Amino acid sequence: MSSLYEEIQAAPSSDIPVRRVTVNVNGEDRTADVEPRLLLAHLLRQAFKLTGTHTGCDTTNCGACTILFDGRPIKSCTMLAVQADGHKVQTVEGLASASELHPLQEGFKQEHALQCGFCTPGMMMAAKALLEENLNPTEDEVRWALSGNLCRCTGYQNIVKAVLWAAEKMRAELN
Amino acid sequence: MKLDEVKIGGMGASRRRVEDNRFIRGKGNYVDDVVLPGMLHMEILRSPLAHARIKSIDTSAAWDMPGVRLVLTGEMLAARNLAWMPTLSYDTQAVLATDKVRFQGQEVCAVIADDPYIAKDACGKIVVEYEVLPPIVNPVQAAAADAVQIRDDKAGQVGNKVFDWEIGDKSRTDKAFEDADVVSKIELHYPRTHPSPMETCGSIADYDRATGKLTVYMTSQAPHIVRAAVAMVAELPEQNIRIITPDIGGGFGNKVPIYPGYVIAILGSILTEKPVKWIEDKTGNLTSTGFGRDVYLKGEMAMRKDGKILGVRMNTISDHGAFFADAQPSKFKIGLMHSAFAAYDIPTAHMFATGYYTNKAPGGVAYRCSFRVTEAMFFQERMVQAAADDLGMDQAEFRRINFVKDEQHPHRTAFGFLTDSGQYEKCLDIGLEAIGYKNFAAEKAEAAKRGRLLGIGISTMTEPLGAGNSREYDILGIKMFDSAELRIHMSGKALLRTGSRGQGTGHETTWAQIVAHELGIPADDILVEEGDTDTAPFGMGTYASRSTPVAGAAIAMVARKVRAKARKLAAHLLEVSEEDIEWELGRFYVRGNQERGVTIQDCAMAAYSNMPDGMEPGLENVAYYDPPNLTWPFACYIAKIEIDPETGVWDVLQFVAVDDCGVRINPMIVEGQIMGGLTEAYAMANMQYQTYDEEGNIIGGNYMDFLLPTAWETPGFELYEVVTPCPHHPIGAKGVGECATVGGPAAFVNAVMDALKDKGVRNIDMPLMPNRVYEALTTGKDVYGMPPVRSGN
Repeated sequence: MSSLYEEIQAAPSSDIPVRRVTVNVNGEDRTADVEPRLLLAHLLRQAFKLTGTHTGCDTTNCGACTILFDGRPIKSCTMLAVQADGHKVQTVEGLASASELHPLQEGFKQEHALQCGFCTPGMMMAAKALLEENLNPTEDEVRWALSGNLCRCTGYQNIVKAVLWAAEKMRAELN
Repeated sequence: MKLDEVKIGGMGASRRRVEDNRFIRGKGNYVDDVVLPGMLHMEILRSPLAHARIKSIDTSAAWDMPGVRLVLTGEMLAARNLAWMPTLSYDTQAVLATDKVRFQGQEVCAVIADDPYIAKDACGKIVVEYEVLPPIVNPVQAAAADAVQIRDDKAGQVGNKVFDWEIGDKSRTDKAFEDADVVSKIELHYPRTHPSPMETCGSIADYDRATGKLTVYMTSQAPHIVRAAVAMVAELPEQNIRIITPDIGGGFGNKVPIYPGYVIAILGSILTEKPVKWIEDKTGNLTSTGFGRDVYLKGEMAMRKDGKILGVRMNTISDHGAFFADAQPSKFKIGLMHSAFAAYDIPTAHMFATGYYTNKAPGGVAYRCSFRVTEAMFFQERMVQAAADDLGMDQAEFRRINFVKDEQHPHRTAFGFLTDSGQYEKCLDIGLEAIGYKNFAAEKAEAAKRGRLLGIGISTMTEPLGAGNSREYDILGIKMFDSAELRIHMSGKALLRTGSRGQGTGHETTWAQIVAHELGIPADDILVEEGDTDTAPFGMGTYASRSTPVAGAAIAMVARKVRAKARKLAAHLLEVSEEDIEWELGRFYVRGNQERGVTIQDCAMAAYSNMPDGMEPGLENVAYYDPPNLTWPFACYIAKIEIDPETGVWDVLQFVAVDDCGVRINPMIVEGQIMGGLTEAYAMANMQYQTYDEEGNIIGGNYMDFLLPTAWETPGFELYEVVTPCPHHPIGAKGVGECATVGGPAAFVNAVMDALKDKGVRNIDMPLMPNRVYEALTTGKDVYGMPPVRSGN
C-alpha cells in the first residue's frame, strides 16, 4: 500500500479528513489515503510515482495530464482522486508491455511526433481512446480527437501522421 | 570496406531520436518528477495589483498553519541583501517586493511547507495591505509628462524611460530620402506574447550545510550562466554550486532568465536545510516570466520609381515591463533589431530605439528567435509589401530586384552585419512555383465569384544566428562561445558532453551524428550528456538557434582533435610514419595500400593498451569554439488564404516553406523544427497574444484566454529545401530552430492584407482575429494596437 502522506513525509493535521481510495491503475489495484481535495493527477504522480502523467496548465486546457478513466480520455488535473475510487485508470506507463511497445509509441518515434516530450503521454492516451473506438480514422477525425491536447514544439502534422501510422499497424495486426 | 555514412547515423541521416525512447514510455525526467528525501514545497504569493505601495504584510496566520516551515517576505530578503537581483540587461529586479509592487503577478511572499497544498493554503492566509497607485500599461502613458514614476527605487532614473539607442548612418539616410522618387511608410505594433512552453518553470534547491554544496535542479536553457549568476548573487563559491537541468518541457527563450522563484527556493533551502521544490503554475508562468515582443514599429522606405530601395528609417518603441530583463547580448539595447533588411541590398539605413518601463511583467526574451529578430523580420516584410503596393509593383518582383545576389556574399548590410552566403532568388522561385503564383489572379477572380476574398502573402527572412563571435557578443560580460568534450572509451564507444542544453531539439541524437561524421564511430555508440554543470564543459546554453552554429561546431572541432591523436596511434599500429597515413570515414590506412589500415576503434583500444613510448594515454579532448561570424540561414514562406467577408474568418488554403539552413545534420529533425516554428507563427498571427486592461490586469494569463492553436485549426505546411553550406562553419550548418517563427507571421499577415488591398486597408495589427478583420472590412480603416487599451487612445 502506498500512502500519500508517507510519500511527502508529513502527517495531516487532525482537522483534515482523509479517505482511503483504491484505484485500478494499469491493471493493478493501488491504495492510498488521501485528502478529499487531492487531484487525481497528483495521486498518480506523487503517491503512485507514475510521473509520465504531466500537469501543464491546471485548467483542463492543455491535456498533458490526459489518462483513460474506465476507457474514456479525461484530464486528471481536474478530477479528484476520491472520484477515481473503484475505477479503472490507464496511464502512459501501461501502454507498453514488458517486451513490446504499443503501436502508438512506435508511431510517435517513427514519425517524429514529439520533441520535448511533455505533451506526448497525454497525446498518446487521447489517441488510444480514439483508436479503441475507430481503428480506421480519417485525418480530420484524428485532428478532432486530439483537439483537447496542446503541443508547442511539433506543430501537430507529425502527431497526426503518427496516429494514422499506429492505426494502420493495428489494423494489419488484426488481419 | 567503405563505411556508409547514413547507415552509421552520420550527417544527412534522418536518424530516429534517441531521447524518444524514454519520452514515449512516460519515463522522461522533468524537474517536477525529481523527488529528494525530506523535500519541502514552495508557493509564491503574487500581487493582484499592477502598481501599488505595500503598506503592511501580516504573515502570522500563515506561520500558524500546521506544516508551514518558513514564510519569506521582501523585508527578510532585504536583511540578507537578496531583495533585489541583477537582470541579464544590467538592470535590477525585485525578488520579493519590499516597497512597491510594479506589475500584476509580481512575487510578494513565499511559503515553504511540507506539501504544496499546505503552501498554497498558507499563501491565502497572508494579509497584504496596499495603497493603489495609477498603473501604466503602454509606452504612451509611460512617456507622458505627468506619468507616475515606476522605478523610483533606482537612483538617477528620470521618468519611465529605459534607454534611447541608435544605429546606422543618419545623415546619409536623410540624404537618400531627399533623393527618393517615392517614400513609403508603415506603422505597426508587434503585440506582447508569451513563449509558453508546455512545462512551466521550476526548481529544486538542495543546500547541504555539511559539505557546503548547493545543488539546484532547474528548467534552465543556460545552466552555466545560472551557476555564474548564483555565485555572484548568493556569494557562494562557484565550485560548490551545481546546476542540473533535467529534461526540459519546452523552452523557446522563456527558460533563459533567472527568476525570483529560483533565488527564493535557494534561500529557503539554506534556511531550512532541506531541499525546497518550487513548481510554478501556468498563471505564474504566463504572468511573471519572460514574455516576447511588445514593440511599436514605425518606418519609412525611400525608393527610386523603378523599385530600387535607396534607404530605410526605423523607429522602435518597446515596452519592457517593470524591470529591464531582456535576455540579450549586452551591446545591443533592442537585441538584433538592426538585422532588418539584411537580405536586401540597401545602401543606407538608420534606426532609433526607445524603451520604456510599464506596469507589466518584465521580459523581452528572445521567444524562439535570435534577440528581437522576429520583430525585425516582421517589420521588414510588412514594410516591403507596403512599399511594393505603393509603387504598384508585383511583390515578388520588388523583392527580387532588391535582394542581395548570391555572388555579393559576404555582404555588409546597411546596419553593419556581414552576411555569409545565400541563394535568395532560388528560394523565392521555388516558393512561387509551389504556391502557383502565376495562376493566382485567376484563382482570386474565381473565388470572388463565390463571394470570398483571396490573398497571397510572401515573407522572406534571414536571421543572424550563433552569437557570438566573442568580439561583439557577451551576456553580463561573459563572452559568447561554446564547448564540447569527447571521450573515446577503449572499446571505441564514446561519451560526448557539451555546454549547450537541448529542450526537445534532439541534441542527444544529432550531436552523435556530427561525431559519427567526423570519426566514423556509429552514432548508436555515442552517448550524449548535457545539462549538469559539474560534468559538462562551460557553455552559454541553448537559445537564439545557437546550438548547431556554436556547440555543433565545437563538436566537430573536438572530434578533429581526437582524430589527430588517433592518427598518431594509427601510425604506431601500422608501423609507418604519420605522414604516410590517410583517413577515410572510420579508418586510417597506409598511403598507396588501402587494404592495410586500422579502424578508429583499433586506435581507441591502442590509446589505453598499446600507445607508443612517451605518448600520453587515453583518447579524449575538449574544444571551445568562438565563431568567426554569425551564420545566416534564409527562408521564403508563402501563404495563400481565403477570407469569408461575412465573418472575417480566414482560412489557410496553402502554405509553402522554402528553408535554406545550410547543411542538414538530421533532415527529419530540421523539418520538425520548421513545422513547429510555423505553428507558433500561425498562433501569433491568429490568436496568441497578451494584453492588459486600463487597471493593469493581464488578459492572457491562463490558457482560457491565452489561445494556442490545436491540431484542429493548425494548417498543413509544405516544406522545400535549398542548401547553401555556411562557408565558415566546420560542417556547413547554419541553424534552423527559429527561422519559421521569425519569418512565418508576416506571410500570414501579408496574405490577409493582400486580400484586403482593394478595401482601403493597409494594416491590421496581429493577432488577426476575425473581429479585427471584420472591423477593417466594414470600416475600411486600419486596425492598430491591442484592445482594450490601445496605445495612443
